[in-house]
Amino acid sequence: MPIEVSGKTIETDEEGYLANRADWNEEVAKEMARLDSCDLGENHWEVINFLREYYDEYQIAPAVRVLTKAIGKKLGADKGNSKYLYELFPYGPAKQACKYAGLPKPTGCV
Amino acid sequence: MGNVLHTVNKSPFDHRALETCLKFARQGSAVLLIEDGVYAAARDTAVSKQVQEALKSVSIYALKPDVEARGMQNRVMDGVRLVDYGGFVDLVAEHNAVQSWL
Amino acid sequence: MTQETQVRVSKKFLYVNRKAPYGTIYALESLEVVLIGAAFEQDVSLAFVGDGVYQLTKGQDTKGLEMKNFSPTFRALEDYDVTKLYVEKEALEARGLLEADLVVPVEVVSAQRMAEIMEAQDVILSF
Repeated sequence: MPIEVSGKTIETDEEGYLANRADWNEEVAKEMARLDSCDLGENHWEVINFLREYYDEYQIAPAVRVLTKAIGKKLGADKGNSKYLYELFPYGPAKQACKYAGLPKPTGCV
Repeated sequence: MGNVLHTVNKSPFDHRALETCLKFARQGSAVLLIEDGVYAAARDTAVSKQVQEALKSVSIYALKPDVEARGMQNRVMDGVRLVDYGGFVDLVAEHNAVQSWL
Repeated sequence: MTQETQVRVSKKFLYVNRKAPYGTIYALESLEVVLIGAAFEQDVSLAFVGDGVYQLTKGQDTKGLEMKNFSPTFRALEDYDVTKLYVEKEALEARGLLEADLVVPVEVVSAQRMAEIMEAQDVILSF
């Protein structure tokens, strides 16, 4: 299902993930979040940017367990836990944040 | 003189395709290594002597995008020439027939 | 609660990789199964034998092929608690490769030792 961002049509798959990773920019992320009625704050961006860096480094969107652990290592234990991440991304931290980050659905999620 | 272009797309460590190809490649013909076949172009392997010996009578090429994908770009032995997709097409055009050793 | 339900049975899983990375789909499929399977918290090991050692070579650049270069993903395995990677010594030697040519730290073992590792598993998945 395509979405409209700054007058451009961006292709997404049936679950809303970007069809083409190169189409990503911050406006795309904001529009995806708006469609989910989610307002992206600084804490959301911290996770989104983390995921983008993780993908650049390893060519993979991490599973939620791995994400939680890795966030804890990088940003501290108060952020590296499910409660914090689920509050930010109620549809599932890995799935929802990966979508806004323009990444594929995490390997291992169904 | 041979005027056949032979292509080999299998790893020389996993298949006999290269060995068979080299047995049939006549003096002056060309062998193009593609896909997993490019591993045969590497130096200091268990098959590099065989390839060096073949280089005395046939031209050997390896497809560069396949070499790079496999991280072999710094290991290609002297005498094996790298070609891009355009070079692949040129080789096909220059030869009467193409024999693919699948 | 009975004792059986309290004890989580962890099985020893070995993924055996014996194909080069891009000529066939086996290598990528294997890696995906490993990543998915990691969620089940079993005792996982990976074995690289024969051409499988080519999956781990440094310097892979797939831009020209327009395929995904998945060699960096092996470096994420640690995050998935997959840390036992065994590489066949004879396979490296036949291909002119050294441990330093690989993208991740591994344990290089003889084919004979690899056979013992295989014997010690509950489940072996071969790709």
